[in-house]
Amino acid sequence: MYDPTVARLTYRALLGRRRALILGALPLLLIVISLAVRALAGADDQTAADVLGGLGLATMVPIIGVIAGTGAIGPEIDDGSVVYLLSKPIKRPTIIYTKLIVAVAVTMVFSAVPTLIAGFLLNGNGQQVAVAYTVAALVASIAYAALFLLLGTVSRHAVVFGLVYALIWEALFGSLVPGARTLSVQQWSLAVAEKVAGGELVTSDVGLTTATIALVAVTVLATWYAGQKLRTLTLAGEE
Amino acid sequence: MATEQSTRTPATGSGDTRIHNIGYRSYDGPRLGRSYARLSLYSQSLRGAYGLGRSAKSKVLPMLLFVVMCVPAAIMVAVAVATKAKDLPVDYTRYAIIMQAVISLYVASQAPQSVSRDLRFKTVPLYFSRPIETADYVRAKFAALTSALFILTAAPLLVLYVGALLAKLDFTDQTKGFAQGLVSVALLSLLFAGIGLVIAAVTPRRGFGIAAVIAVLTISYGAVSTLQAIAETQGDGDGIALIGLFSPITLIDGVQSAFLGATSAFPGGVGPSNAEGVVYVLFTLGLIAASYGLLMRRYKKVGL
Repeated sequence: MYDPTVARLTYRALLGRRRALILGALPLLLIVISLAVRALAGADDQTAADVLGGLGLATMVPIIGVIAGTGAIGPEIDDGSVVYLLSKPIKRPTIIYTKLIVAVAVTMVFSAVPTLIAGFLLNGNGQQVAVAYTVAALVASIAYAALFLLLGTVSRHAVVFGLVYALIWEALFGSLVPGARTLSVQQWSLAVAEKVAGGELVTSDVGLTTATIALVAVTVLATWYAGQKLRTLTLAGEE
Repeated sequence: MATEQSTRTPATGSGDTRIHNIGYRSYDGPRLGRSYARLSLYSQSLRGAYGLGRSAKSKVLPMLLFVVMCVPAAIMVAVAVATKAKDLPVDYTRYAIIMQAVISLYVASQAPQSVSRDLRFKTVPLYFSRPIETADYVRAKFAALTSALFILTAAPLLVLYVGALLAKLDFTDQTKGFAQGLVSVALLSLLFAGIGLVIAAVTPRRGFGIAAVIAVLTISYGAVSTLQAIAETQGDGDGIALIGLFSPITLIDGVQSAFLGATSAFPGGVGPSNAEGVVYVLFTLGLIAASYGLLMRRYKKVGL
């Protein structure tokens, strides 16, 4: 189910050249901001939760998920070089599974690790805030990577749709329409974080059971369907 | 064959080999020239920014975003007319700030569309084989995206304005607000187009360009508003204004609340003072000029 060559190629596609720079720039910015906040406001649990929740989990993790998830397969389909991969005797679901693992790993490294560092910088993991948000980022990485990998196989405009989901649905509708929050990866991962922190600082609108089921279901279904899509992939010219 | 050849080439002696002159003539009539080529590039890019002249699929997103931009304005007008309100629920200058996510998405999707594909399919050298030069290409693309953004941001203001007049709100008041709003969105269009194009021109990959543009726009706004919120709790008014310089949308917000009579969306609702407003304007104009300069530098040697 895991093909090292495909994995190596995907790593290179994701982190090669300047791509690693933007992936690295976002977490760096989060850490710099955490430092600035700590210097300005001192250690405060509520501030730490706001920064990690508002900037980290709500903005940075989805964007890195979009870049890693769609970047794992999108460009290959876009420029047609995916045929050389598909013509090898490797099962299509294996390709998807391998690419998913790579995308998840990249998203986790570039989102969860800086979240943990930022959390410790902000308030030294007071009330378990840093660990809670790191767990949330880890969990969200898996679901986002699977979801956006699927988008990458479905649409040529995967990046835009991924961003529309992350920014418009989760951020905008999520803050206006309470019902939209039930269908949001961010809230599901927050539910897990809530369990870890066990305090008042990290709260979610969905229960832990619902969240876990939803996370697992989304990840498994998205991966399965992406495999199916890749089996019947039609290659067309640009636009 | 032998007779045909002999009619075309006058016999000039044996052993004299020459290429047949089959009558091609070079064009020596009037040419449309550089400004026409620039105008064509501009209109093509502007149409392309709304998917006109492209496939049906690529029309979906820009048109959808355009509709999403205008619908709230229409709803506000309808509410204002129905309730016979004295004023519109939202200021003209505030509208773009509220809808910034849509504007960002539009820039992110259309800026790479405008320049990345030229880079990727290596068509840029072909443009430069025409009588246009680097400056023409950059200006045409910059102007096209700015115009497209201006259409996107000014259309809802027009809806609001027409609606306000239909609702018989105060004419001078509304016209003043509308004019201020137009100046503010024009500045916003220039700024966003510049930033979007500079980022998009770096990468030939469309998807990557989209992510990069949106990351710069949203992350900078997220970071700035987080820091501002903290400065607000610290009671640091100068800090709020200083931090606001570092993201495009707060920059525009600062300019319009200092000079265009807008109420600021900054935490605490206190915009920059007039002196700080001058810095905001200079910073905005500097950014626009810098993005133009960077684009010129980028295209000085691209594909050659």
